[in-house]
Amino acid sequence: MAALLEAEGLTAGYGQTAVLHGLDFAVEERGVTALLGANGAGKTTTLRAVCGMIRTGGAVRLAGERIDGRATEEIARRGVAHVPDGRGTFMELTVEENMRLGAYTRPNRAEVDADFERVFGYFPRLRQRFRQQAGTLSGGEQQMLAISRALLLRPRLLLLDEPSFGLAPLVVQEIFAIMRRIREEQGVGILLVEQNASLALDFADQAYLLETGRIVVSGPAADIRRDESVRRSYLGY
Amino acid sequence: MSATEEVPAVPVLVQAPPRSAMATWQRGALVLLGLAAALAPIFVLESFQLFQLTMAVIMALAVLGLNIVTGYNGQISLGHGAFYAVGAYATAILMSHGDWSFWATLPVSAAVCAGLGYAVGFPALRLGGLYLALTTFSLAVAVPQILKHRAIEDWTGGVQGLFLVKPDPPSWLPLDADQWMYLVALGVSAVLFLLSWNLIRSRVGRALMAIRDNPTAAEAMGMDTATLKTRAFAVSAMVTGIAGSLGAVVIEFVAPDSFGFGVSISLFVGMVVGGVASIAGSIFGGLFVLFVPNIAEEISKAAPGVIYGAILILFLFLLPDGFAGLLRRLAARWRDRAAR
Amino acid sequence: MDGLAHQFIAGIATGGIYASVALALVMIYQATHHVNFAQGEMATFSTFIALTLIQAGLPYWVAFVLTVVVSFALGVAIERVLMRPVQHAPVLTHVGVFIGLLLIVGNLTGWVFGYTTKVFPSPFESEGLLFGGLVSGHELGSTVVTLAVLLLVYLFFRHTTLGLAMRAAAYNPASSRLVGIRVGWMLALGWGLAAAVGAVAGMMVAPVVFLDPTMMLGILLYAFAGALLGGIDNPMGAVVGGFAVGVLENLAGAYVVGTELKLTVALAIIIGVLVVRPSGLFGRVVLSRV
Ligand SMILES: Nc1ncnc2c1ncn2[C@@H]1O[C@H](COP(=O)(O)OP(=O)(O)OP(=O)(O)O)[C@@H](O)[C@H]1O
Ligand SMILES: [Mg+2]
Repeated sequence: MAALLEAEGLTAGYGQTAVLHGLDFAVEERGVTALLGANGAGKTTTLRAVCGMIRTGGAVRLAGERIDGRATEEIARRGVAHVPDGRGTFMELTVEENMRLGAYTRPNRAEVDADFERVFGYFPRLRQRFRQQAGTLSGGEQQMLAISRALLLRPRLLLLDEPSFGLAPLVVQEIFAIMRRIREEQGVGILLVEQNASLALDFADQAYLLETGRIVVSGPAADIRRDESVRRSYLGY
Repeated sequence: MSATEEVPAVPVLVQAPPRSAMATWQRGALVLLGLAAALAPIFVLESFQLFQLTMAVIMALAVLGLNIVTGYNGQISLGHGAFYAVGAYATAILMSHGDWSFWATLPVSAAVCAGLGYAVGFPALRLGGLYLALTTFSLAVAVPQILKHRAIEDWTGGVQGLFLVKPDPPSWLPLDADQWMYLVALGVSAVLFLLSWNLIRSRVGRALMAIRDNPTAAEAMGMDTATLKTRAFAVSAMVTGIAGSLGAVVIEFVAPDSFGFGVSISLFVGMVVGGVASIAGSIFGGLFVLFVPNIAEEISKAAPGVIYGAILILFLFLLPDGFAGLLRRLAARWRDRAAR
Repeated sequence: MDGLAHQFIAGIATGGIYASVALALVMIYQATHHVNFAQGEMATFSTFIALTLIQAGLPYWVAFVLTVVVSFALGVAIERVLMRPVQHAPVLTHVGVFIGLLLIVGNLTGWVFGYTTKVFPSPFESEGLLFGGLVSGHELGSTVVTLAVLLLVYLFFRHTTLGLAMRAAAYNPASSRLVGIRVGWMLALGWGLAAAVGAVAGMMVAPVVFLDPTMMLGILLYAFAGALLGGIDNPMGAVVGGFAVGVLENLAGAYVVGTELKLTVALAIIIGVLVVRPSGLFGRVVLSRV
């Protein structure tokens, strides 16, 4: 059986500057793959490349089907939800409207309403803020909103760009706990970019270590977590 | 045109004559050739054709004015016809009410238009590109109405407009009035083109372009962007206004309805087609504005405007740097080939 | 006193027209951050289509609906063909394309339909004036139609998924793509809607000012003024601004400057708003925490 997501020789960049120099990685069905690396290594760029936000080379397959070269909106419609760097909140719109937009591609109103309830189960705070302008949410609340928006797409693959960024440690714990639930309950595959390596390695099955646009270490997350030398030289804990 | 020395892409094997001497020689010949080409129409063309060419020169000057503020400084004006109209009326009023000589009206017209441009430049400072375009567009539309207004009718002649008479050529020149007007328009324009060229190549010119390309950086580098922008507007309005003065005296008539927003649109089209931010482009723009509507009329009597608009859009799609840009690229390719 | 009241009500009627065109401008502005200088010419063209259909024998309201549909399609087509290729070009290019469009559509109108001034029928003919001479049947009817259109547009943007997606695409194209919104089509849709609203405005104003190819030029200026007064990024503001400008114009025309300076009044309002309060009366300041 093919993996949920497969990248082969993935290259990408901005204008003339190449940032990714041929990455090979995979996310299994229902699996969690972590992408680690220092600032500027190209993690965000990798997620952007997967969902077609920038021009890419190489091949990207979603459940065996080529998706590279397609428009972002078409990739989203195939079930790839992206919680982007900076959270991508629609600041001018309300929380409700943000969530409705997450479910934009789904025709069945009843299912969507059920998913609203499910999301409120994960993030009860969003129910309280339902009619509030999203720009006035706190950073953590915006992160919850961003994850909710992504979930409401009913994705097969979830791309998460630093979900812990700027959040208090307690909130980070909360969000990771919820993501575990999401993974079990919804059966999505997750490609996770995270600065907090120990947290990410605890959560993931597979991990890749990125350095200036190249994969330098890869393997099962548990092995990497145990590997003293990798931890020292790349992950710094 | 290009005064920059281009470095040959491959080493020159054959011993060439000293480069600077060659350039001087070439430049001298070019100037002579240009002068001959500019003066020849006086003796070659029929009087109507000469009149048209005179108007083309004047339009080129008006486009140059627009290019200074919009092309080089990035402040989009769709209302330069207003300055053209004010220049025309300044000259017409002084000549028909005050019996001034044409030459005496020029400095007044220049000063009035510069002042007006300066005044428009201030609110323009607060308006981003689009808002300025919108405001100047409204100005262009409102001009005829303002010119017709009762309160200034005694001066402007209201709807009827004003008649004036071309200056006579000096008696020692064997020219008629049309030929003389061509020379006058050519001379005045040549002076203003030279001055503008110098302005653009100076520090001020570079500052204007820096403000256009990156206002934040320009400000950070300590440029007084507000002063520069308002002054650019003043200079630009002055140049276009002088073109208006020339136009009034060549046509010998001014009336509100000849200064509708069509004039502003023509100048804008002329600038885009000739080449945005190009001095030479302004010349092409002037020729285009004057002759293409006539040619378009040949193709389709009914709607030269449609063709005019289509040409504008085609240029924006295919040749965004205008005719001047096209020539520049052709010349570069030709030089490449010559160098090989 | 009656005179004043009538001027006021007539102002509301013309204000409704300005409000529609202002709304059309704001819709395009919201979708693309551009102001369409050719909006007036497009509306005039649509009105001529309506006249042709009516003269061909169609009942008024059938012609009305057909015109709105055709205008919508034309608006979409214009965005696809003319705006799409230059979407990343500098502002100057966009302004140039708008001007080109204005020249093409404006002159095409005269070419196809002729330059003579034509009478355009009103579906609201009434004997004399209503309500003790305060308002004509057409003034009342056109105001109602205008308000109905504005209400429809409001409901569309507030309460439909597509309307929400259009707003989202305007505010945040990148995030919109991530949730699967086809942003390019949202822009085209915005153009189509604006053209349709403009067509209604044209059909409502034509019985009053008579139909000729330059009919909308002055109206466009007032619509600009109204849109700016209300805040160019605020549809409701544009509507209020349009009505306010209509009343202002009528009162100024009747009591202050006379009718010869109508365009200049629009210009003065535009400059006044931009200099004194560039965001307009209701221009939205987005609340955001970073
Ligand atoms: N929009 C952009 N334009 C040009 N260069 C960019 C852009 N975004 C990122 N880069 C460059 O690409 C490289 C990789 O950036 P990227 O954002 O992918 O890093 P990252 O691994 O996500 O880092 P961080 O941990 O800081 O988020 C960097 O050198 C960055 O400067
Ligand atoms: Mg990043």
